[in-house]
Amino acid sequence: MAQVPESGGDSGKGGKKRAKKMSTALDMTPMVDLAFLLLTFFMLTTTFNKPQTMEINMPVKPDNEEEQIALKASNAMTIILGENDKLYYYFGLGDPAENPELVETDYSANGIRKVLVSPKVKSNDKMTVMIKPMDKSRYKNVVDILDELKITDTKKFALVEIAATDKQLVQTKTGQ
Amino acid sequence: MPKVKVKRTRPTLDMTPMVDLGFLLVTFFMLSATAAPEKVVVVDTPSSVSEIKIPDTNVITISIDKQDRVFFGVDGQNTRAALLDKVAGKYGISFSPEEAKAFSLIGEFGVPVSQLKSFLSMPMEARKAYNSQAPGIPIDSLKNELGDWVLQTRLTNPKVVIAIKGDVDVNYETIQTVINTLQDKKVNRFNLITDMEQRPTNL
Repeated sequence: MAQVPESGGDSGKGGKKRAKKMSTALDMTPMVDLAFLLLTFFMLTTTFNKPQTMEINMPVKPDNEEEQIALKASNAMTIILGENDKLYYYFGLGDPAENPELVETDYSANGIRKVLVSPKVKSNDKMTVMIKPMDKSRYKNVVDILDELKITDTKKFALVEIAATDKQLVQTKTGQ
Repeated sequence: MPKVKVKRTRPTLDMTPMVDLGFLLVTFFMLSATAAPEKVVVVDTPSSVSEIKIPDTNVITISIDKQDRVFFGVDGQNTRAALLDKVAGKYGISFSPEEAKAFSLIGEFGVPVSQLKSFLSMPMEARKAYNSQAPGIPIDSLKNELGDWVLQTRLTNPKVVIAIKGDVDVNYETIQTVINTLQDKKVNRFNLITDMEQRPTNL
């Protein structure tokens, strides 16, 4: 601490009476209190980590339906997000005539992620994943599945509205 | 033998470095602080491994809370003032200068345009209390005001990006309606606000 040495007050007997020098040491406690109060306040009010975002691009709605190129059934996979965090998937376009095999899975690392890294999906770079959330599925499910696609580095995917045939499939599956 | 007197001195601590550090931190936080935006609705966002940060400015935030209410917010006082002008013109409502001022300072809001005038004339505390029971911005196909807000904001400030902040438990139906609304306004690129999550290392 920078201290000013106090000069002796009583040098020389009977000298002039000097004003007693005050000590320059300050009690800094209140200042420190205030400083830390401010520090705490600013630390708590600052938002350091801005929220993360996930960017999604929806396909532009085509002006006429005929210009769309049909997806080949062998390059399609459909994931259906059901209610109560249920998850189903099948390969193909879900044409009832083809009788697609609906498989139930979950959001865990051994569930849908295993399917997405399986050779059937990974080795086919034309494979397009269609995500069809049912009306009763939660928003979290959608973000979770988009996240899985990101983790497994699946580039081609689309968020599609669920078709009646898909609902039918889930119904027969759960009805069993 | 006389006892050896241990000289007792009050322990003194040199606080100067601590104070120095304290003030350094205070200064740092004061300068770097941007006050956290006021939380109008409680939204518990889902988590993802995405590492993209949302930009600081020119953001439209569409919050959807547990009860499927939609709240709309845009940053920038000037943007908001100009936006209110446009919306007022479109809906044929006139706002007093006080109400316009209140709107330019508002955070997110969730009232239909028809109730906006009375909402803005409330004192700030009453407005805060009202937010917990606000009806939200109508998004149904008959009266889709969200679309108008988004469109008018984009006309006011073409640089805006749109962020959707949905609650974990919102039904997808509502999100779908919001997304459809945005797509109707030719917005095909938007951000979903999420929390951070560790990316799993083993696949």
